[in-house]
Amino acid sequence: MTLSKMGARGAFYLAITLFTLFAALPFYVMLITAFKSNNELFNPNTNPFWFSQPPTFEHMNLLFTDTLFLRWMLNSLIVGVLVVLITLALTIPAAYSLARLAGGWGEVVGIGIFLTYLVPPTLLFLPFVKVIAALGLQNSLWSLVVAYPTFTVPFCTWLLMGFFKGIPRDIEEQAMVDGYNRWGAFRKAVLPLAVPGILTVVVFAFTLSTSEFVYALTFVQDSAQKTISIGVVTEMVRGDVFRWGPLLGGALIASIPVAILYTFFIDQFVAGLTAVAGD
Amino acid sequence: MTTEVSEPNSVRFRPQTGPSQASLAVWMLAPAILFIVLLIGFPLGLAVYYSLSNVTTGGSQVTLVGFDHFRNLIGDPTFRGALGNTFLFTFGSLVIMLILATIQAELLIRPFRGKWLVRFLILLPWTAPAALAVIGWLWMFDSVFSPIDWLLRQLGLLGQPGAPLGVLPNLYWLGHPTLAFVSVILVNVWRMLPLATVIVLAGLNSIPPELFEQARVDRAGYFRRLFQITLPLLSPILLVAILFAFVFTFSDMIVIYILTRGGPANSTQVLSSLAFFTGIAGGNLGRGAAIALFLFPVLAGVSALLLAMIRRSEVA
Repeated sequence: MTLSKMGARGAFYLAITLFTLFAALPFYVMLITAFKSNNELFNPNTNPFWFSQPPTFEHMNLLFTDTLFLRWMLNSLIVGVLVVLITLALTIPAAYSLARLAGGWGEVVGIGIFLTYLVPPTLLFLPFVKVIAALGLQNSLWSLVVAYPTFTVPFCTWLLMGFFKGIPRDIEEQAMVDGYNRWGAFRKAVLPLAVPGILTVVVFAFTLSTSEFVYALTFVQDSAQKTISIGVVTEMVRGDVFRWGPLLGGALIASIPVAILYTFFIDQFVAGLTAVAGD
Repeated sequence: MTTEVSEPNSVRFRPQTGPSQASLAVWMLAPAILFIVLLIGFPLGLAVYYSLSNVTTGGSQVTLVGFDHFRNLIGDPTFRGALGNTFLFTFGSLVIMLILATIQAELLIRPFRGKWLVRFLILLPWTAPAALAVIGWLWMFDSVFSPIDWLLRQLGLLGQPGAPLGVLPNLYWLGHPTLAFVSVILVNVWRMLPLATVIVLAGLNSIPPELFEQARVDRAGYFRRLFQITLPLLSPILLVAILFAFVFTFSDMIVIYILTRGGPANSTQVLSSLAFFTGIAGGNLGRGAAIALFLFPVLAGVSALLLAMIRRSEVA
């Protein structure tokens, strides 16, 4: 290896390290802070990046016994699963219809549906308050189950449409020659091949709903009905007093499973976004 | 996405009993369309109606007030400030994000040891739920215990006589108008960067490697390759990154709500956070809806423009 090559290699690793630090440092500090005793935590002269006193589980105890943390996790799980089911029920038939049955206008309608994904929650949440009130769902998890498919359905329909287009038509045609009708061919021949696409939709509908903030903040005030995203952020602050230990610990614990799930599928997410340029 | 293989138009399947193809298409599509019309289209219409009325969160009486909200908003310095802040916040974030994303993607496309871990860590700001990720920064910027300030003090840059960043022990990141604005942009860039990077990476991966081989044979230097091959071929995908980062940033209120609540003295207030505080905290749904509606023409206009540019650059 020549000297200039070694220099380039060193610069490469330095750059990678800096980018990784930039991305991960806040999470690292969350981890350390969650296990620091309060008298160390609230001393501006101690090293915030490491322990100067032995780690403690006091914040974790507080988080799991003295707050509704587990309840919020459960609420997020319930909302996430219901949103996934609604999303699948609405998007699988719609996407198949657009990919195969609709003919020329399928593409146009598909792009139209995708474009509604660009209508942000911050534009809709105010009128939604009255819609939720009219449905009698204020302050309840159910308001979120109704609202969240507004961003999962447009995106997931688009994503599944791409998947269905990738499945050769011969598959259904053969099934139909074998005596299935169109619906039967769809169920028996196409759906099994679309499992990777359906799994992607499951992961997105779930991670997008567990991450949502604006609707949850607006519709739900009752502590026991909150999801993890707003529970941790709004309930760990008493007046002006932040309970930093449990707050950061709770945020980290709730983030990691969602982040891991999302990381496996982010390439499909991006493929869905970039497909809008490709067709 | 792969382009579809052109297929013969002849419909080969036999006519089946049961619903015809066209009506089956409609039936399968109807629930999704109905849902979108009822829960996106209808509220959007309602937002327009509310912006023209004096509706509040509590009351049930609604009277139309015409364009009063819009007229009042134009004269309101808080609103005008928020409008300007929204553009500055979005534009500042986009420029920094694009530069960093291009560099980061160039790095990540190379193979190296432990790449899976680096990838997971670099993606964290986007893959972790937004509110939970941003709350870590509230601690990083704490007025007394900020870890960033601690680091600056250790380096002698802060908190001692003659220190370049001042003699006070803290910078008060979120307490000073300019610094607060820098902070929210920094955190927004931090959050959007992984998404932009993965989009750019997808673009880099789609460039045929032979092009670079040929350029290397022709002894084109790194910057020549960057500006004459990589960036031109990347432009459609960079536009896609701009489109989504723009939409997500322009309409976002999570970063602002958690870090500054629009403060100090509305210096970081953006349209969406102002709409929230006016409509929900203040209870004035009509005025809040009018503020949020200002997002719409810009979102629609810029998105349409970017989509048109994306499609044109695809053809070229």
